Amino acid sequence: MEITLTHYLVLATVLFAIGLIGVMRRKNLLMLFFATEILLNATNIAFAAISHYIGDLSGQMFAFFIIAIAASEVAVGLGLLIVWYKRTGKIDLDQMTSMRG
Amino acid sequence: MFEAIAFYLFAALTIVMFTITVMTSQALYAITAMAAGMIFISAFFFILGADFLGAIQIIVYTGAVMALYAFGMMFFDTTRDVVEKRTNPRIVFVLGVLAAVMVVAIVVAPIVSNNIQALYPIHPEVGNSQAVGMVLFTKYLVPFEVAAVMLLVAMIAGIVLAGKKMDKSLTLMAEEEIEMMQMNNPAHLERGEH
Repeated sequence: MEITLTHYLVLATVLFAIGLIGVMRRKNLLMLFFATEILLNATNIAFAAISHYIGDLSGQMFAFFIIAIAASEVAVGLGLLIVWYKRTGKIDLDQMTSMRG
Repeated sequence: MFEAIAFYLFAALTIVMFTITVMTSQALYAITAMAAGMIFISAFFFILGADFLGAIQIIVYTGAVMALYAFGMMFFDTTRDVVEKRTNPRIVFVLGVLAAVMVVAIVVAPIVSNNIQALYPIHPEVGNSQAVGMVLFTKYLVPFEVAAVMLLVAMIAGIVLAGKKMDKSLTLMAEEEIEMMQMNNPAHLERGEH
């Protein structure tokens, strides 16, 4: 019973689908951020697995840059979220309707 | 054999933890399950021989990102239940079709990629951290510097956005009051005077 590349890719797909479900069903913006973290982690698993089975270090490099992007996304996103919460007292997506057309 | 046991154990744990994160209505359960899932994901990196990536996963994700989320949650009302939205069935349908196409592409991908050549092959005689350092500081030096600048910009943005007016609650003031205060005396708030 050997673990192949397909095992890891299927696992990454399952985690990605869980993150996608989270993005679809969440209204709270903080919960939406959690779902995007799950999406990024699923791709990281896929990159590391491909890097191992092909024997190439490029996959791990891309995973490092994805981690850096996730860290900066959290810093900026949480800053904006705190400012918005201070102004309105809510962080629900449906109530961010200040730009009415 | 042990690899298979470890893979299936951590796969089940990760899926359960992330399902809790997505499905629960309590924000504190969500963040706790999220941190646990991140640690379980680092186990996959250790199994795959990417030791440095696993250490970075634990330090950056569970150390920095989760601590930042926990810090941000101090500002929000986390005790009330999170309300879910009524999703548009058309969006769910389109995303479901996209996910199915992705699964097909994943199953097909190993067939197509049989003739891929390794650009930066892994040498077994050096450790993983050393190999990562050699590739990162030669071939990926420019993206590395750009990522450093991006992190600096994100840090300054976070400080500017969240650090101002920590002693005032803008929620408890009226909209006109905030605007008047900002127009009349911009330095008034930052000194924290009355």
